Amino acid sequence: MARRKGRNLGLLAVYGGMVFLLASVLFYSSALKHESRLLLAEAPEIVVQRMIAGRHAPVSGEHLRALQGIRGLRGVEGRLWGYHYDPVVRANYTLMVPPAGGVAQGTAILGPALARARGAGPGDVISFRGHDGGLVSFRIAGILPGDTALASADLLLIEETDFRTLFGIPPGEYTDLALRIPNAREVQTVAEKVLERLPDSRAILREEMQRTYDAIFDWRSTLVLLPLSGALLAFAILAWEKASGLSADERREIGILKAVGWETRDVLRMKLWEGGLLSLLAFLFGTVAAYWHVFGLSAPLLAPVLQGWSVLYPDFRLTPAIEGGQLLALFFLTVFPYLVATLVPVWRAAVTDPDEVMR
Amino acid sequence: MVPAGTPQARPGLRPGSPLLALILLGAVLLGLSLLHAGMSDARRPEAGGGPALVRHLALSDLAIFTEARYARHPVTADRFVAFQNHPMALEHFPSGALMRPPGHLYE
Repeated sequence: MARRKGRNLGLLAVYGGMVFLLASVLFYSSALKHESRLLLAEAPEIVVQRMIAGRHAPVSGEHLRALQGIRGLRGVEGRLWGYHYDPVVRANYTLMVPPAGGVAQGTAILGPALARARGAGPGDVISFRGHDGGLVSFRIAGILPGDTALASADLLLIEETDFRTLFGIPPGEYTDLALRIPNAREVQTVAEKVLERLPDSRAILREEMQRTYDAIFDWRSTLVLLPLSGALLAFAILAWEKASGLSADERREIGILKAVGWETRDVLRMKLWEGGLLSLLAFLFGTVAAYWHVFGLSAPLLAPVLQGWSVLYPDFRLTPAIEGGQLLALFFLTVFPYLVATLVPVWRAAVTDPDEVMR
Repeated sequence: MVPAGTPQARPGLRPGSPLLALILLGAVLLGLSLLHAGMSDARRPEAGGGPALVRHLALSDLAIFTEARYARHPVTADRFVAFQNHPMALEHFPSGALMRPPGHLYE
């Protein structure tokens, strides 16, 4: 390998780069799924939405009261949340009323990305135009912690009266309902009872919320991997071409080895070792680089794929969540195709008569 | 001239030693990375931070795709919201192109 140092180093760089990209996508999507599962484990067991003509409609207090007698339900609370477009930063905020209260009238608590985008801090005043055109102002009472950014980046928490004044929502109406069910085995039964009592509603279960985000991250990572698969195929073709177009030196080397008594399997074993060591080096350094790219630097190469056109984007650092199966899959996906692509042409040269090879 | 067979005549390193050293270095770095991953998971607090906020506010969606409403709250989106701006409206945000509708909308 040292005799063809330049070529092997170039191949190692490209190979390691492929492993790096593939591993980065796998680690990133896996960590996001893990993080979303941890967060959504605390989501309401069921969210009930009212649907009119297939569209989401506000829920009345009567709907809330209709559910309160269901056995197995610990509590029903009306959620008040909505969107407000801010032309200053050209972003949508999610305005929300904490069900348990905790925000004084006339004040607001901002999510970290929102505060960053507005350059706002505690004591500042933020104003919105309400449904009637009037200006509604809030004094910022606090900023949500940075480590909650994945759930709270664009949140703006306000008091219930302020919310209803801003959006013109009458008392007793809610955006949707959140149901808390202590026994996980009763969730499906409660959902069925909800639909019996409120046929114009739909019930979204917590496991559906988690499946939604799993599917989103899987889909996005697949879309990133699709162009990569073309690059992987190109790399396999490159490896095959490299091995097929053995230089005169390499062919003579194999011929000499055969002439001095090496058997075909010895030549193949040597080439297998060469290819295996190169693959192993590329896998080790590519995987380590991918790990620190995703969990050390927060994946700057992949973040734009998630961010899209978002102005308010959470600033978060993912907790490493790597499974042994992922590493094994990565190893087999990257090492075996290369070994196969290089071994077959070498075998063809190795079974050729040494005299013919050396000429 | 150094006589053959003496320690000074023996080569210092095998030709393959640098490569083996690199592989060993790679393996050590990977091991340290996995150790870091294990320690990070162990240090993660059970409560507080994000999960506590989700529970306190009864949140159902993550604030990760904030460019469009149906991307911000995919769990509670309906079938029409991506196309509701006007008749024949096309869905045009990058998130929508990279995001399938939630399964419970079409199961």
